[in-house]
Formats: sequence, structure tokens, C-alpha cells
Amino acid sequence: MNIIDRLEMEQIKKDIPSFKPGDTLKVHVKITEGDKQRIQVFQGVCIKRFNRGIASSYTVRKMSGAVGVERIFPLHSPSVEKIEVLRVGRVRRAKLYYLRNLRGKAARIPEKRMA
Amino acid sequence: MINGLLGKKIGMTQFYAADGQRIPVTVLEAGPCVVMQKKTVATDGYDSVQVGFDPKRAERVNKPEMGHFKKAGKGAFAHVREFKAQGDDCQIGDQVTCDMFSIGDRIDVTGTSKGKGFQGVMKRWGFSGGRASHGSMFKRGPGAIGQSAWPSKVFKGKKMAGQMGNERVTTQNLIVVDVRPADNLIMVRGAVPGPKNGLVMIRKGIKA
Repeated sequence: MNIIDRLEMEQIKKDIPSFKPGDTLKVHVKITEGDKQRIQVFQGVCIKRFNRGIASSYTVRKMSGAVGVERIFPLHSPSVEKIEVLRVGRVRRAKLYYLRNLRGKAARIPEKRMA
Repeated sequence: MINGLLGKKIGMTQFYAADGQRIPVTVLEAGPCVVMQKKTVATDGYDSVQVGFDPKRAERVNKPEMGHFKKAGKGAFAHVREFKAQGDDCQIGDQVTCDMFSIGDRIDVTGTSKGKGFQGVMKRWGFSGGRASHGSMFKRGPGAIGQSAWPSKVFKGKKMAGQMGNERVTTQNLIVVDVRPADNLIMVRGAVPGPKNGLVMIRKGIKA
């Protein structure tokens, strides 16, 4: 294994649950305010996964009132405490950018039926 | 004491800081180097310490070079460079390792930049060039390079097309993110001149 791969392996998290675009996630983010640390939860639909080893990331979209909010999290970031998969969605695309143009009932994603 | 050593650029990756921030880092293999020769004002007119890096097979070295390597008695090296220093406290044959650096230090890294060949003024100097379409007959040229009756010449140093890259470049004030003496590795924030596996000189920052 080359040196770069070895250094990256040290930082890669092994406890990440498997999730895909279309899944509803609950991301627990560590937030430091002064010397206090607390956990903030960001819940929404994963609309994108970017797979590039240590630089991998995913985008979570939620509706905050009438406004759409998207956050991009680095997959292996130490400031993400844990990721919960609440719901597995059935989608036919890898990048769900079309959700940005939909709202309300149209923006729902059907749940994947487990065989 | 010697203020730097030779190394090799391994490549770039990223690190997470304690607060979760991503830091782009260049991984450098720094040393181990061996002190080959000490130059002093009395004997050579200036003070420096010569070090060798990257062991090389003895049969690859010619006789005059081998004679020089034998003085240190640590085998032959592919790269030999001098560092400005007064070698009072180091002996010929001593090893120089990356533990001279610690996390948070500012260092200067010198390398040979990637060669780009003969390039025009747009790539080499960032000129705007001309309009691409609508019958433009002036696309990537430099335009005027001087005036007529006075000064009636092109000034020296005028930015023109020519060789780009493959020159000695120093990046100053790079921050050391991590040091691993066991693997002879140091990680610095940001980019370093040259290709992967390129030889670099790593020195304590002169502005630090």
C-alpha cells in the first residue's frame, strides 16, 4: 500500500451505515460554542453521494418552513457524531437534483419495499 | 546547526483538524540525510553543510564521486545538496532526520516546478488575449510590446512567450501539520512545487 493510502486509511471511519440517495437521514453534528460542545441534528433526504475515498461527501436536503436547506457533510468528518438512516427511499437516479424544483406532495419519495 | 534537509514529494491528500475542518496537505518524505562535508570560510570561503539523500547502488557511481562518498562512509547517494549553516555541532557521517521540525512550525520548501514547455502569454503571464469570435483576427497574441519613436526599443524583462515551469521555485511559510519520525514523513499545509517523487529542499522558514 502506498504512503498516501495508508495515511488516509487512518482517518477513514468504519462505522458509517450504508445509505443511498433518496434515504432519509438524521445527521448528528458536533457543535462547539466557546468551550461547550453540543449535538445538533440535521434531518433530511440524502440527494447526493460523492465517492472519492477520504474526500467523500454527501448532501442532505430538508425543508425549513418553505425554504429548502442543503448541507454537504464530509463522509469521514470527525465532527459528525453519527448518521441514522430513518427511511430507505425508492429512487431511480443517483443525484436527486430534481427535488429542488418540487415542493409539498410532489417532493415525496416512496419508501423502498423490502423483499 | 543545519537548518534543513532533503526530501521527496509523495503527493497530496487531506487531514481533519480537531474542530472538523479539512486541511489540504502535501506529504513529504524528509530524509534521512547524511552529512557529507562541512565547508567553512577558512577553507571554502563560505559556511555550509553538504548532505546526501536517497541511497544509490555503489556500481552506479563513478570513481571520483565514490571517493567523495567514502569520506562520509555511509554509502552513495542519488542527491547531494548544500545548506547554508555552520556545522559546528555536526560530524561528517551524522544522520539528519525530520525530527528537527515540529507541528506548527513554518517551513520553506524548494523544488523544481513541473515543466509546461514553451507557452504563450495567456497561459504564462495571464494576459487576456483578444476576442475569440465575430471575425476576430487577434486571439491569443500579446498585442503591442512597446512604443515607437521613444523609447524605440522593447524593454528588458517584457513579459513574452517562452519556457514556463521546470525552474527552481520556493514556497515560503508552509505550516507543518504533522511529523512522523518513524516513517520519515512530514505533512505541510498547502501545495509544494514540483511533481510527485520530485526532490525538494525543506528548510526552516526564513520569515518564521
